[in-house]
Amino acid sequence: MLVTSAIISGLGLGSMYGLLALGFQVTYSVSGTVNFAQGSAMMLGAVFAYTFAVTLAWPLVPAVVLALALCALYGALVELVAVRPFAKHGSNAWLMATVALGILADNTVLFTFGKEPRGFAMPWATGSFQLLEINFSLLQVAIPVVGLALAAGLHLFSRRTRLGKAMLAVVQNADAARLMGINVPLAISASYAASTVFAGAAGIMIAPLFNVHSDMGTLFGLKAFAVAILGGMGSAWGVMLAGLMFGLTESLITALLGSAYTQILTFALVIVALALMPNGLFGRAAVKKV
Amino acid sequence: MKRRNFVALAVATVLAFPVLPAAAQETIKIGLVTALSGQSARAGEAITRGLTIAIDELNAKGGVLKGRKFELVRRDDEATPAKGVIAARELIFKEKVAVLFGGLDTPVSLAIVPIINQEKLPFMGPWAAGTPITQNGANPNFAFRVSAVDEIVNLAMLQYAQKTFNAKNCGMILVNNPWGESNEKGLLAALSAKGMKPAGIEKFEGNDVDVVPQLTRLKTAGADCLFLVGNVGPSSQVVKSLERMGWKPPIVSHWGPAGGRFTELAGPNAKDVHFIQTYSFFGKQTRVGEKVMKALMAKYPDIKGPGDVTPAVGVANAYDAMMLTAMAIEKAGSTAGPSGPSSSTTRSSLWA
Repeated sequence: MLVTSAIISGLGLGSMYGLLALGFQVTYSVSGTVNFAQGSAMMLGAVFAYTFAVTLAWPLVPAVVLALALCALYGALVELVAVRPFAKHGSNAWLMATVALGILADNTVLFTFGKEPRGFAMPWATGSFQLLEINFSLLQVAIPVVGLALAAGLHLFSRRTRLGKAMLAVVQNADAARLMGINVPLAISASYAASTVFAGAAGIMIAPLFNVHSDMGTLFGLKAFAVAILGGMGSAWGVMLAGLMFGLTESLITALLGSAYTQILTFALVIVALALMPNGLFGRAAVKKV
Repeated sequence: MKRRNFVALAVATVLAFPVLPAAAQETIKIGLVTALSGQSARAGEAITRGLTIAIDELNAKGGVLKGRKFELVRRDDEATPAKGVIAARELIFKEKVAVLFGGLDTPVSLAIVPIINQEKLPFMGPWAAGTPITQNGANPNFAFRVSAVDEIVNLAMLQYAQKTFNAKNCGMILVNNPWGESNEKGLLAALSAKGMKPAGIEKFEGNDVDVVPQLTRLKTAGADCLFLVGNVGPSSQVVKSLERMGWKPPIVSHWGPAGGRFTELAGPNAKDVHFIQTYSFFGKQTRVGEKVMKALMAKYPDIKGPGDVTPAVGVANAYDAMMLTAMAIEKAGSTAGPSGPSSSTTRSSLWA
């Protein structure tokens, strides 16, 4: 029972880490840059959804769709104001600019949404069933399923759609893609929008388990970055898998050894893994031709 | 409201230094460092309200020290010790407060106490319950409290669990910070005094989403009751995790859930949590209790009855603490510290 329930918990959390980390991976592959404030995008997803579904009492589906659309807009904005102006001059200042924009978003939410955390109960999420004497909540099962479905969606998008293929072309060679008539800035902007949609989706799914507040994404963002590095920034499935592994490791260490060891051992294992495989568990070393 | 027996005021010897007329007009600044944002924002607001009602009452009577009025200066510590220390330094050195009040979070108060002892400025804790806040080993000790003390609360929690639920094998689920540590020590001492041992001791982080692995360990160890220690957000995570597990053990909690929207955050199972309160505005009130309730309703439009005074603990303790502080300042005859012109100080008056 101990191990099985830890696995269920770990898979749920792990898929959230994976989704956030996928956001890092998407933008890094396409543009070589990331939005360091992914945690803020996650928080925005939950805050928007709460505002529409609870404050304005909209039905859940339009509330979620509009929340995700706003997250996509936020991603495009991050790229436009905090990444593009610096990246085009070869400056790394986007590192700090994205963090600063995230802090701005967190504080704007603090003063508009409110200072107190709010509970986001979703009626369907409270259902549960028993299997092998273990209680499973529907949400615990739904989270990894939706997480993996979104990752599969990204895979299909990049293989089957024109914009997705354009993004892949930019990944391979931005200059050649530009010469072929591909709108490179649009592809990069789309990657940022996709990245924040993933984060927003993670925020909406985690909200019923957690509470909605302005700094709910901070720790998640940090862990997701560790996951992205662990998985290897070049591999989408690798990042998702690393997320699941991270979540499972956290959960199993807590269940088997006790919560006192969770953070120490989890991050120690990340360091050991990266020392042994510097490009991440599923990444490949970049070849630089000179 | 009843006077807390652990802070009794007695006569203090005061040298009769004349009070200058200019000083009579100066306000006495009362500093407050508490969470005004985040999960404990309501607790900070409750302390603010208790202090404000007391200060309004004192000022309406002409203040203390022949006409000096009180002024509340507050800063947000965001429930973070580092921010609390910065805020405390600002209030001590820039605002030159006469007394510094703390907030809900034990880790923040523990971070501030060494500074106030170093600067010889009285600190008054209206809420944070950590035992080492006042039992800090400093001599002289400038930390005072009008709040529960963990080691006493822990005795009460065990007593309640045994009496109400016939608990024999309690597990601890504690927030992983100095407040959790203080309670671990207190609960172990309480259990040991009765020849008992805990089923297990589990910790969780304040921002943990899922506490199921820790709770599963306690369930596997045969816990028949849980001692919960955590502020409102983390406590709600424990309750939601229990709901997901389908496990319904009796939960005896410290007063953390009193600090915010616990019912909303924890969901329908919030009602199953039994927690400590040191004051309630429900039921028959003392003369002072009635007066404070009336003042709260007059000043804050959202308060229409006792049910709206949430968290009541913060309001009542802060009111009492401010009244005691004013009496101590009056007895001391000055707000000067030990190096000031008076041989008696607010600190010695509070000790007396």
